[in-house]
Amino acid sequence: MTPRLALTGITKHYGDVAANADVTLAVMPGEILAVLGENGAGKSTLMKVVYGVARPDAGTIAIDGAAVEVTSPARARALGIAMVFQHFALFDTLAVGENIALGAPEYPLATIDGRIVELSRRYGLELDPRRTVHDLSVGERQRVEILRALMSNPRILILDEPTSVLTPQAVDRLFGTLRQLAADGVSIVFISHKLDEIRRLATRCAVMRGGRLVATVDPRAETEAGLARLMLGADPPTIAAHDSAPGDVALEVAGLTVRGPERRHWLHELAFTVRRGEIVGIAGVSGNGQSALMASLAGEWTGRAEAVRLFGDAVGDLGPSARRARGLRYVPEERLGHGAVPELSLLDNVLLTGDALHRRGVLRRDEAREYAEGVIRGFDVRTAGPQARAAALSGGNLQRFIVGREMHARPRVLVVDQPTWGVDVGAAAAIRNALIALRGDGCAILVVSEEIDELYQLSDRLMVISKGRLSPAVRARDVSVDELGRWMAGLWPSVAEARA
Amino acid sequence: MRWPLALVPRAQPSLPLTWLSPVAAAVLTLLAGALLFFLMGKDPVQGLRVFVVEPLATQRGWSELALKATPLMLCAVGLTLCFRANVWNIGAEGQLIAGAIAGGSIALLATSRTSPAILPLILFCAALGGAGWAAITAWLRDRFNANEILVSLMLVYVAQLLLSWLVHGVLRDPQGFGFPQSKLFESTARMPVILAGTRLTIGFPVALATAALAWWVLARSLIGFQLKVAGLAPRAARYAGFSSRRVLWFVLLLSGALAGVAGALEATGPVGQLTPSISPGYGFAAIIVAFVGRLHPLGAIAASLLMALFYIGGELAQSRLGLPSALTGVYQGLLLFFLLTCDTFIAYRLQWRRNVPARA
Repeated sequence: MTPRLALTGITKHYGDVAANADVTLAVMPGEILAVLGENGAGKSTLMKVVYGVARPDAGTIAIDGAAVEVTSPARARALGIAMVFQHFALFDTLAVGENIALGAPEYPLATIDGRIVELSRRYGLELDPRRTVHDLSVGERQRVEILRALMSNPRILILDEPTSVLTPQAVDRLFGTLRQLAADGVSIVFISHKLDEIRRLATRCAVMRGGRLVATVDPRAETEAGLARLMLGADPPTIAAHDSAPGDVALEVAGLTVRGPERRHWLHELAFTVRRGEIVGIAGVSGNGQSALMASLAGEWTGRAEAVRLFGDAVGDLGPSARRARGLRYVPEERLGHGAVPELSLLDNVLLTGDALHRRGVLRRDEAREYAEGVIRGFDVRTAGPQARAAALSGGNLQRFIVGREMHARPRVLVVDQPTWGVDVGAAAAIRNALIALRGDGCAILVVSEEIDELYQLSDRLMVISKGRLSPAVRARDVSVDELGRWMAGLWPSVAEARA
Repeated sequence: MRWPLALVPRAQPSLPLTWLSPVAAAVLTLLAGALLFFLMGKDPVQGLRVFVVEPLATQRGWSELALKATPLMLCAVGLTLCFRANVWNIGAEGQLIAGAIAGGSIALLATSRTSPAILPLILFCAALGGAGWAAITAWLRDRFNANEILVSLMLVYVAQLLLSWLVHGVLRDPQGFGFPQSKLFESTARMPVILAGTRLTIGFPVALATAALAWWVLARSLIGFQLKVAGLAPRAARYAGFSSRRVLWFVLLLSGALAGVAGALEATGPVGQLTPSISPGYGFAAIIVAFVGRLHPLGAIAASLLMALFYIGGELAQSRLGLPSALTGVYQGLLLFFLLTCDTFIAYRLQWRRNVPARA
């Protein structure tokens, strides 16, 4: 049988980074194909190529056996490719029908409601075309997006992480719709990093890692742990030899429960400690509560005072600067706009967390310049100087600067989210070495990462976060990658078993 | 047919163009204005001479320019801080009126023997009045997350009606033949003139000093840094532990106070009494001034002088050329239009189509 969509040797570079390297992949008519991979594995780039948002540097695309050039999303739609993006693009103040009509000029507004009702009946996407979008729930809004995609009778439907915003019930309904579409002959490409959903929905799963297609498997025949292992890579972890002697408890979390907006990102009764002179790593697929945990530790979110303790003091109700005053420093995952202000100079950016760099409401710019120069020298930040704008630095250099800025303050507790995310190899090694050196000085360090290798290199003890819960902490040398993969699906032994 | 030119994004926003853009916009506004004179059957050269050259030909002309620029500058400096903090205060006009009411009410208490100490009191109460009016917006935004653009704008009309009600009622001059205006302020409650033979009051140096102080706040103070960060990257502000509420209240109260002072300086300066039309839209024009001044307090000084020129030019064009006074509004609109147009080229450049790489 001729594949509905065949990709051959797709390669796409962004600067020096190969987002896709020689990806060859086919989707059959009526097939549900899952594309699995970590953040940055190249899933989204591949779909952008298929949908005409990005042009490949090399490789060909064929539909029903005929080679095609997908030069734009409009061309993609004309070829029968439709895409539902993770972030909705709907006008809140317009009705459902009006929103859909905007994307389907071939249907006159007068008759579009009938077509919407017909499609929504057929695929179980109940929706009244006259309702205004801002009255709709998130799940209903996604139905609008899907209906919009279906208006052009696509032969290929791509969904980019469609379940990340949905409740479990809405996920069930979405899967019902997708199965029905597949039964009608539509080829479905489903991008996700949720292992259980892939196993429930897809008949084939393409696994991507580092821009390459590393495996194609039948997910129903794999365990979640097996899928996780494929996604994370099977390279044997290198464990740096630490002869650390952890000291007193520096950071203590007990009974930390957080419910975010949308009621999704829960943290459920987290409890752990980090001692002076040790690095504790937290593994897990992103979106399992890491951001809520980081915000709660850094003080961006506050809650019960006793939930977070620093050197015995309850600080859970204190803001970021009060926690910094007690020696806690935090490096967020997102560099631009969170860890640094892109439009401001490096000198200004040290003032963000430079509590000693102002006095009685007046900035001490000379001290700030010295501090920034110290960071630039000490952490080998390649830049023109403290006056350079943060946005002008490469990702790796800016990460060195931010990590350096927090380390330069000689923290007693350091919380780091994805220390080397999107950073070149050289900068990654420099940052990891700096973290190990800081541990040697007696700092308590908590590292959250999606990179298993990194966690093994750095951590004395490891935990896994899954669906807002934390596994017990174990010594890094006592746990295999296989086991961690199982834990990422939430299947860890109870505390008693772990101790046994 | 395809347009032969294409807009192509620049790799970096152009810094020289950031400052050249308002100059280009001013020149284009004058050229479009000349065309407008021509279309209305006037000699464009003479029109421009009346509009631009004559106001600047005499010392008195310059003093009038500075006088008109004073309220624009005070309002625009406050709005600059608001806009830098991403707080969209559109209601400086209302805050100006509230300040005029508060300051004017104090001025009405003065007699011919009142000490000059009343002058700082007038300005202080005007600042309180303007800040109080802005506080309504701040509170509604803080407490109920109400949109500050709509709230501050609607409060302008409330302030206008409040002023109208007062000068029709309790503040009306009993000897004023029923005209809706207060009695003239005693000379002891009038802002001192600093240049003999002109109407220029101490308001102008006050406005200049305010702009300089606002520059210092933005460049050197912690709250100024906090408001810049809050405007540029709210998540980074949370990361640093800066309070967005503190920034919101600071910029709204400060800009309200400055607008309030502007209102009292007008009332107790050139106007001399409270009338229902105390401001010819200074608070709104100041929004344009803030942007023409590149959201920089020192830029606001130059931009407010330019805008003042349009006010005076409009009046002269009316009296000398018999043109409608709406010309001032047309010039303001043209200036904003051309500024937005020119600003496009800070981030984009024009390129001939055939040189554009093929793109979707």
